[in-house]
Amino acid sequence: MLEVDKITTRYGAITALHEASLEVRAGEMVALVGPNGAGKTTLLNTVAGLLRPATGNVRFDGNDITGNEPAGLVRAGLALVPEHRRIFKDLTVEENLRLGGSTASTADRRVRLEEAAELFPVLRSKWTTSAGFLSGGEAQQLAVARALMSNPRLLLLDEPTLGLAPTMVDVVFDLLQRLREQGRTLLVVEQNATRVLGLADRGYLLRTGRVIATGTGAELAADTSLFDSFIGGEA
Amino acid sequence: MTKLIQTIVDGLGVGSTYALLALGISLIFGVMHLVNFAHGELITVGAYTSYFFFLHGGSWWWMPLAIIGSAVLASVAVEFVAFRRIRNSSPFTLLLTSFAIERLSHAIWQIAVSPKQRSFPKPAWVFNQFKLGSVSFEVMDIVTIAVTALTLILTAVVFKRTLFGISVRGAAEDFDAARLMGVRANRVISGAFAFAGLLAGVAATLILMRSPAAEPSMGSDWLLKAVIAAVIGGLGSFSGAVVGGLVLGLLETLTRAYLPEVAVGWDKFSTAIVFVLIAIFFVVRPDGVFKVSHAERV
Repeated sequence: MLEVDKITTRYGAITALHEASLEVRAGEMVALVGPNGAGKTTLLNTVAGLLRPATGNVRFDGNDITGNEPAGLVRAGLALVPEHRRIFKDLTVEENLRLGGSTASTADRRVRLEEAAELFPVLRSKWTTSAGFLSGGEAQQLAVARALMSNPRLLLLDEPTLGLAPTMVDVVFDLLQRLREQGRTLLVVEQNATRVLGLADRGYLLRTGRVIATGTGAELAADTSLFDSFIGGEA
Repeated sequence: MTKLIQTIVDGLGVGSTYALLALGISLIFGVMHLVNFAHGELITVGAYTSYFFFLHGGSWWWMPLAIIGSAVLASVAVEFVAFRRIRNSSPFTLLLTSFAIERLSHAIWQIAVSPKQRSFPKPAWVFNQFKLGSVSFEVMDIVTIAVTALTLILTAVVFKRTLFGISVRGAAEDFDAARLMGVRANRVISGAFAFAGLLAGVAATLILMRSPAAEPSMGSDWLLKAVIAAVIGGLGSFSGAVVGGLVLGLLETLTRAYLPEVAVGWDKFSTAIVFVLIAIFFVVRPDGVFKVSHAERV
């Protein structure tokens, strides 16, 4: 479904990704792990069209989408829940969701708003509250619900548990499990590497902008290079 | 008491014109982080449009439409020709570009029409007055306040209810996040410029009914006041821009009306006094009245 082929992405003189490649097949949950500064967020942002790679290609459903505007990608069925959630704090919960469904028809949007209210009871009770008043866990659920409003086939999630209380981390992992059961394809960047690898079909380990290991979730979790890469050993 | 009521109505009349212009400036600042110093030129465009149409048998019955239409077109055209290409440049580049457009506009009218003022007829009723008890009101003040109130209600409905309005507010808060929602950058920015043009067109209509004349640099004074009003309210805050406009209008008329008339021409200092008050305000509250910040919650 998604093929990332040797992309290199730079911020000015700094190269954040060196010829990184990965693949996500339909129905899979793929985890992308690695220490801070490994380029995980850069990779997701490049796929989602926020950044343009210097070299390399990104293909979605076999079509070259390298450097396409996010607006087009959302319409094609690819959505990103960005790092730090980036919900619109000045908008109400409902307005956040409506904006998430801005590419859908009015009728579809209405149906999905009701689905979101069912799937996330927490949000229903705060429907007309400014999103700036939500707790971290609620805000994360809103961020996911908002991305689901475009009914994406491939959902990219960037650190969905960042800064959450432990009970909220459980809620988010339950949610990931549910999204899988719905048949959505997921590419998840996560700090909590062992836990996400336990859930994922496959994983990629990224370090200093390069993919240094790949395998099934269990293989990668058992791989010593994972541990080494976090403490800074040579992989 | 009578004088106070009249002064307040006058102040709201002037202030509501500032509010419409300030709202447009805040809107564009929100989506582009540009303080658009070319915004006042939309008034000039409206003025020359009226002048042109009155030369060829225009009428105030449909002139507001022509003024508003020309302001919307000019606003969208300026975005398309000038700002679109440099959208991702530094705020300083954007600011300088807007100054360049302002200067260019002055020069174009000077060369194409005349450096001198060109006047055209005013609506027959514009200086009519009516009495309510012992207080007499100018019809134009009431029209100005009513038209502004309607325009602001329309604006509120657009920004609260429509997907376009929500997109603009979302893009003003976090442009990249809005793009991730599928919002098309070009469309939301064009739309914001069109809406800012609409607001400026309404303001221009109200200004031109009162003083029906076109002059190359007429937009600059209004622009300065509107920028100040937008900054008082907190740049990027829509309700702040409206409050800022009204406050500025009231300050101006109140100081002009109540400064002691002991020395000849004391009232000439009203502008200076307003600016001093504004300077003090910014020392106390540099982010404006309505600057909201959210704490990050975990």
